Amino acid sequence: MPDPILRLSGLAKSFDTNTVFEDVDLDVAPGDRIAILGASGSGKSTLLRCVNLLEIPDAGRIELNGDVVGNPEKSGRARYPERELRELRKRVGMVFQQFNLFPHMTVAGNVAEGLVTVLGQSSGPARERALAELDRVGLRDKADTYPSRLSGGQKQRVAIARALAMDPEIMLFDEPTSALDPALVGEVLGVIEQLANEGRTMLLVTHEIGFAYHVANRIAFIAEGGIYEIGTPDEVLKNPRREKTQKFLAEHRRFQF
Amino acid sequence: MYEWNFAPVFAESGLLLAGFRNTLILTATALSGGLVVGLLLAFARLSHRRWLRLPADLVIEVFRTTPPLVQLFWFYFGLPIVLSVEMTPFMAAGLTFTIQSGAFFAEIFRAGIVSIEKGQWESAKAIGMGHNQLMRRIILPQAVKRMFPSMMERSIELMKTTTLVATVSYADLLFQANELAQKTFRPLEVYTVVALIYFVSISCVSFFAARLEKRFARTGEFSV
Amino acid sequence: MNYNWDFASVFDNWWALAVGLQGTLRLFAVCLILGMSLGLLVALGRRAHAKPVRWASTGFVEFFRNTPVLVQILWFYYALPILAPVEISPFMAAILGISLNSAAYSAEIFRGGIQSIEPGQWEAARAIGMSGLQTMRRVVLPQAVRRIIPSLTNRGVEIFKMTTLASVVAYVELLQQGKLVASLNFNPLEVYTVVAALFLIILYPIVRATYGLERRLARSD
Ligand SMILES: Nc1ncnc2c1ncn2[C@@H]1O[C@H](COP(=O)(O)OP(=O)(O)OP(=O)(O)O)[C@@H](O)[C@H]1O
Ligand SMILES: [Mg+2]
Repeated sequence: MPDPILRLSGLAKSFDTNTVFEDVDLDVAPGDRIAILGASGSGKSTLLRCVNLLEIPDAGRIELNGDVVGNPEKSGRARYPERELRELRKRVGMVFQQFNLFPHMTVAGNVAEGLVTVLGQSSGPARERALAELDRVGLRDKADTYPSRLSGGQKQRVAIARALAMDPEIMLFDEPTSALDPALVGEVLGVIEQLANEGRTMLLVTHEIGFAYHVANRIAFIAEGGIYEIGTPDEVLKNPRREKTQKFLAEHRRFQF
Repeated sequence: MYEWNFAPVFAESGLLLAGFRNTLILTATALSGGLVVGLLLAFARLSHRRWLRLPADLVIEVFRTTPPLVQLFWFYFGLPIVLSVEMTPFMAAGLTFTIQSGAFFAEIFRAGIVSIEKGQWESAKAIGMGHNQLMRRIILPQAVKRMFPSMMERSIELMKTTTLVATVSYADLLFQANELAQKTFRPLEVYTVVALIYFVSISCVSFFAARLEKRFARTGEFSV
Repeated sequence: MNYNWDFASVFDNWWALAVGLQGTLRLFAVCLILGMSLGLLVALGRRAHAKPVRWASTGFVEFFRNTPVLVQILWFYYALPILAPVEISPFMAAILGISLNSAAYSAEIFRGGIQSIEPGQWEAARAIGMSGLQTMRRVVLPQAVRRIIPSLTNRGVEIFKMTTLASVVAYVELLQQGKLVASLNFNPLEVYTVVAALFLIILYPIVRATYGLERRLARSD
């Protein structure tokens, strides 16, 4: 097995008295597409947000391509200086449920922003790159419009382009289609599928179980404060071994035909 | 029936004009100073460091809750005693109104900054921006648009408040009016003209502010 | 910088400041009541059916918001008596200037509050047969006033601060008395510090209370 791109070991996070997870271990190999499923409030978003340190974990270790992030201390808790946070976030792309495009910048401006401000590229090449990324998500013709003119699906594709422009080593998706009208879900899933086919490494939180089955090579089911069951899509989705996974899937199938 | 006679007032219109100029100079000084002070106070107030936050809180609250005229008297008659320096009316007024409007601007800045949705902060962080970049590139440009109406309102308040300097003999428009009223024995005409000068100039500012606001609202791409 | 503060010389004259404080409170009470009630009337006037009433109310608001209060007070003190055969005391001039100015500002607050009530409320009241006036009094105003209490309180605080302007026409209030004490004892630094502190002590609790109120209202809406 090749060295993992991302290795989480013993990751723990609580909010005040509410323990979200206590001991998460996960290895993500290059090209892995891991779908993360779980009930609402089970900690899927929190886990994803810990990976790029939008939430600071209470304990545990994050390694990105062999680099340990932060300075571990004796207590087991790590300190994360501002510089390391930014370094990590440059290398990890994130797509949010609510898109979070910058409303005061054009579509191309949104995609180029990180290249210019964070990576220090000059605006010419940054724009070229932005246009190329927009091309990839099929929105090159919207480059000079403002986000408020776009549909939800288009906004989310721009958000994906914005993350891709940074050349991330791994992509995180937090329910990228949950805020969309059903009719717009397909175009966003299409882009994600295309990335998967190109061999992008990604963690994907989603409620689209059918999509997860087709695109992911591994499924992680989150419950009881940790990874409750993990395996191939066939193992976890077709023949779940543990009770909570079975119940969750049954619940989801109730209204299917 | 009283016979209005504006001729003596217009004969001395140079006096009023000079006063109006001084009013504008003082307003511009306090406005530019106040914006800088306000931004600094707002950042101090939003800071995690207590030693920055508490003094900023104190300045903001004191200058917002005490009457401007008392502040002016304190700076003009009181402060020179502690510092043992000469204080001109302009210096005292400039200082008072800079800090005072700074305190009000600080609250406007702060409210504008915290009104920007959490998602904006997070997505800027997620592409690796540092705190200063994030403020400068993402938060402030959006916040400024939202703050614009309150900013204009506060600036207009400031222009009206500058009339207080007449009480410490800075030759602003109102002070010149007092002089002129005594000189011409025509207080009715003088004060009426002065009220109209203020009314017209402030109405003009409000009018253009409202126009700009509409433009902002049209180009403002807020709903993401 | 080693100045010897001498607050004793201020407190020896506490009675003078007490007299001033009494004058401040009196002026404040009158202006608060007049300003707010006139403000409500003007706000209703801006919604009146009769065009002249609407124009007059709008003109009133625009004029008094766009001129400085101090100019208004001085106009009433020096200019009005020439036009009309009335004696204008400093107290009267201050009341006129501050109340009319505050009326213009509170009219805008009331108007905003009334407009913020959803059209559905009007329709629902109409649907059960209420008249326009009844709807305003029983349904709209009670809800609007609740929403604008923080803004009205702020306006009240502004009125309190504005009372110091009456010192310009020598009305006996806190700042005027402070001037007197300072000129007799040559201690302006201490006097104005004490005067500022008095305002802070009186107004800050009110300001704090409105912060809390704003937060509560923001949550419950
Ligand atoms: N900032 C926060 N402060 C306090 N508690 C939080 C915070 N963020 C999340 N939580 C809590 O942590 C738990 C996990 O939340 P999280 O958002 O990770 O769940 P999720 O699996 O993403 O749910 P959903 O499917 O609804 O998005 C929940 O109980 C939530 O209330
Ligand atoms: Mg979530």
